[in-house]
Amino acid sequence: MTAAHPGAHEPGGAQPAAGTPPTAGPGPTDEELAGMSRRELVQLGGEMDGVRVVHAEPPVSPGSRQEKRAERQIAMAFTGAGLSAVAFMVLFPAWPWRQRYDGGGFQLSSLFTPLLGITLALALTLVGVGVVLWAKNLMPYEVVVQDRHEGASPEIERQTTAATLMEGLTETGIARRTVIKRSLGFAGAALGVLAAFPLIGALIKKPGDALYTTPWRSGMQLLSSNGVPIRPADMLPGSLQTVFPPVQGGNRSADGVTMLIRLLPEQAANYRARPGQESFRWNDFLAFSKICTHAGCPVSLYERQTARILCPCHQSQFDATNDAKPISGPATRSLPQLPLELDANGYFTAKSDYTEPIGPAFWERSS
Amino acid sequence: MSSSTISRPATPAGRAASGVDERLTISAPLRRTLNKVFPDHWSFLLGEIALYAFVILLLTGTYLTFFFDPSMEEVNYAGSYDLLRGVEMSKAYATGLDISFDVRGGLLIRQIHHWAALLFVAAIVVHLMRTFFTGAFRKPREANWMIGVGLLVLAILEGVFGYSLPDDLLSGTGLRIINAIILSIPVIGSWVTFALFGGEFPGDVIIGRFYILHVLLVPGIMLALIAGHLLLVVKNKHTQVPGPGRTEDNVIGKRFFPTFALKTTGFFMVVFGLTAALGGLVQINPIWLYGPYDPAQVSAGSQPDWYVGFLDGSTRLFPPWDIYLFGYNIPPLFWPTIVMPGILFTVLALYPIIEAKMTKDTASHNLLQRPRDVPVRTGFGAMGLAFYSMLWISGGNDLIADKFNISLNAMTWAGRIGLLVVPPIAYWAAYRLCLGLQQHDREVLEHGVETGIIRRLPHGEFIEVHQPLGPVDEHGHGQLQYGGAPVPKKMNHVGGLGRAIKGFFTPIEEAPQRSPEERPAELTSSGRPKDPEA
Repeated sequence: MTAAHPGAHEPGGAQPAAGTPPTAGPGPTDEELAGMSRRELVQLGGEMDGVRVVHAEPPVSPGSRQEKRAERQIAMAFTGAGLSAVAFMVLFPAWPWRQRYDGGGFQLSSLFTPLLGITLALALTLVGVGVVLWAKNLMPYEVVVQDRHEGASPEIERQTTAATLMEGLTETGIARRTVIKRSLGFAGAALGVLAAFPLIGALIKKPGDALYTTPWRSGMQLLSSNGVPIRPADMLPGSLQTVFPPVQGGNRSADGVTMLIRLLPEQAANYRARPGQESFRWNDFLAFSKICTHAGCPVSLYERQTARILCPCHQSQFDATNDAKPISGPATRSLPQLPLELDANGYFTAKSDYTEPIGPAFWERSS
Repeated sequence: MSSSTISRPATPAGRAASGVDERLTISAPLRRTLNKVFPDHWSFLLGEIALYAFVILLLTGTYLTFFFDPSMEEVNYAGSYDLLRGVEMSKAYATGLDISFDVRGGLLIRQIHHWAALLFVAAIVVHLMRTFFTGAFRKPREANWMIGVGLLVLAILEGVFGYSLPDDLLSGTGLRIINAIILSIPVIGSWVTFALFGGEFPGDVIIGRFYILHVLLVPGIMLALIAGHLLLVVKNKHTQVPGPGRTEDNVIGKRFFPTFALKTTGFFMVVFGLTAALGGLVQINPIWLYGPYDPAQVSAGSQPDWYVGFLDGSTRLFPPWDIYLFGYNIPPLFWPTIVMPGILFTVLALYPIIEAKMTKDTASHNLLQRPRDVPVRTGFGAMGLAFYSMLWISGGNDLIADKFNISLNAMTWAGRIGLLVVPPIAYWAAYRLCLGLQQHDREVLEHGVETGIIRRLPHGEFIEVHQPLGPVDEHGHGQLQYGGAPVPKKMNHVGGLGRAIKGFFTPIEEAPQRSPEERPAELTSSGRPKDPEA
């Protein structure tokens, strides 16, 4: 049925898509068109698009010194671009590029990436420069005005479109067929929720007690990063060592990583433990989780004179002499302490796992 | 369906074009596109930089996928970087090293990709500032503003996903913090982290998941949004800076073809050339210096890419406030990393609606405003920028403390206080500045341009001669009204000195011969002949 209105697609009808047609009437005939010059055709097209060239000025007069000069500049830019591209293509296969790290002096290969960068940059930039110079110095400087036809559509379009839409909706009867409406709403909602199921259902993983436990268990030796157990005599007062649980992959354990700290004697004398954790230390040795309770970075900087531990990510500071309580920065809770003792051979071991979740806080964590 | 006979072009190219048109009926829309007028103002190029950076990112990013393996499987590095040979690392990190050392030219492309990413977000932010301060977001362009804000958020996320991929010590620390941030969401935090990371941090899936987000999902959405962004610009046409002949009902500038198309192509090449120069000459993200990720290690002075710095800053500044509700915990990390950016970007996205509500302005606007003419908005903008800057500076407060020998705690407290104090001051200062600039415009319109010529009156008084810009009344006061466009404030702006003669060492054109009586040609500030009155 819709094909029965070919008249709507006649030349005059093709334009409303761009707004109201700027020219009323039928426009030139085919014979008139055939007789028009290119200039006139451009002007006619502009009129149909609401575009008028109100000013066009050649930047240079033809045959002038300036024109020659502009032409020369542009050609030089393009030639330079071409030469740079050729240089890139020569350097890429020919220049030594593998670097050696033998501590030796200058290597030609360390210039490989910079040379590629320079030649590529020159090739690209010079094309750009040439094109911009061309547009600026050889092409007419034009001032063109284009009409806008914005805002609401003409009333006739609005009314007819709205009527068509509402008529169609009325034909479906969606407004009064309540049963269909409700059951469709139900089906749509159910399908919408269903869409989330395959993805979320496959992704979801019950946290369980994973956030509450670490690999540490009673009797596990504290290993250094080389995998060696540690005795009290191995550490000087005022020093810190990162230790790991003796399990598979323990040296990369994200939650088991622990700091073994030996306080200075006067710091140890003033040490204040958390109530109930007095027995966690072994003489002047303390073990705290290395994972910051704020955002989970490893707290790495230890200041031996003040026994402060600083997290380099967000600058929280913890006082090792006072239950590793946060004393500055955004952290709110102490670093959890690992209960320490010595085994029969005099090596440090854990008495148990941490007694609270280590690392950044979460909703279910209640302490 | 065509009733009249169609023309038969003589040339092969013409016949091909005719053939295309016979099949697609494309002449009218094509001509309309070629004839579309683009306004001629430098600030309209900012969005183009963002677009071109995106194209560069797609090109270089596709190249990188040929060599990168986003796997967290542990391997023993055996590549050509001696200092890490034999070290255990993830395949992702090892292939990242391979791109840098064992793929010929790979380092160049990797570095171009990273620089283009930094440029991309920067161009979006500056483009957004231009749009904000000139009021280009007003009706009918509110939706396009929101698409733009959405693109900014996606660009930041895309950047974070991207720089997390190499699994080096720096990006791994970033991943650890991302994990902690998601963990801090009330009620669902631990479930969401476990779903995303496939278990407890670090797990062995997160790099692969970030990879597919980074190379497919997010760029796909961005591509669609960019297409929508550009389509809306075509539909609504460009805004324009007020000036001679420019009205709400026209656009003055250059046609797309040939001038604009040529210039913008050149501009793309220059932007690409700039990123190539940066990628070749300026080292960025040297992952081999950081080493593979190790949860037990971190380096001091760790910094994210610049566009994440403000979140780092807010996290550093937020006070240690823990909230407990019925035995459940809302960690302090939640507020500066999720709530704060959430509010910031929501307010930003809704700003067109907020401003329209405040000003009760329901009209459509195609002419831009000068920031000085809307002091409240400009003040808001200055306030937002000051807030953002305080956060951004605080994101590097440890480095500032270190380099300038300031106490780190003092930097933290200066940031906390500054975050509350500096934005209102910025609002006030910007507001006053706008009023002052407005006043000066009015002054020049009323009294004319200062000529620098001092004249002694017969009774001995010295005055400076002012050049009126238009007709004056009986008191010598100018009668021109302010039109929202720049007011010339120097004699040279009104053609007082004529145009400069072209040429570097020697003049390459004749100086125009002008008799003293002849009125100098009216020139605009760019030295081009003024647009004729439309």
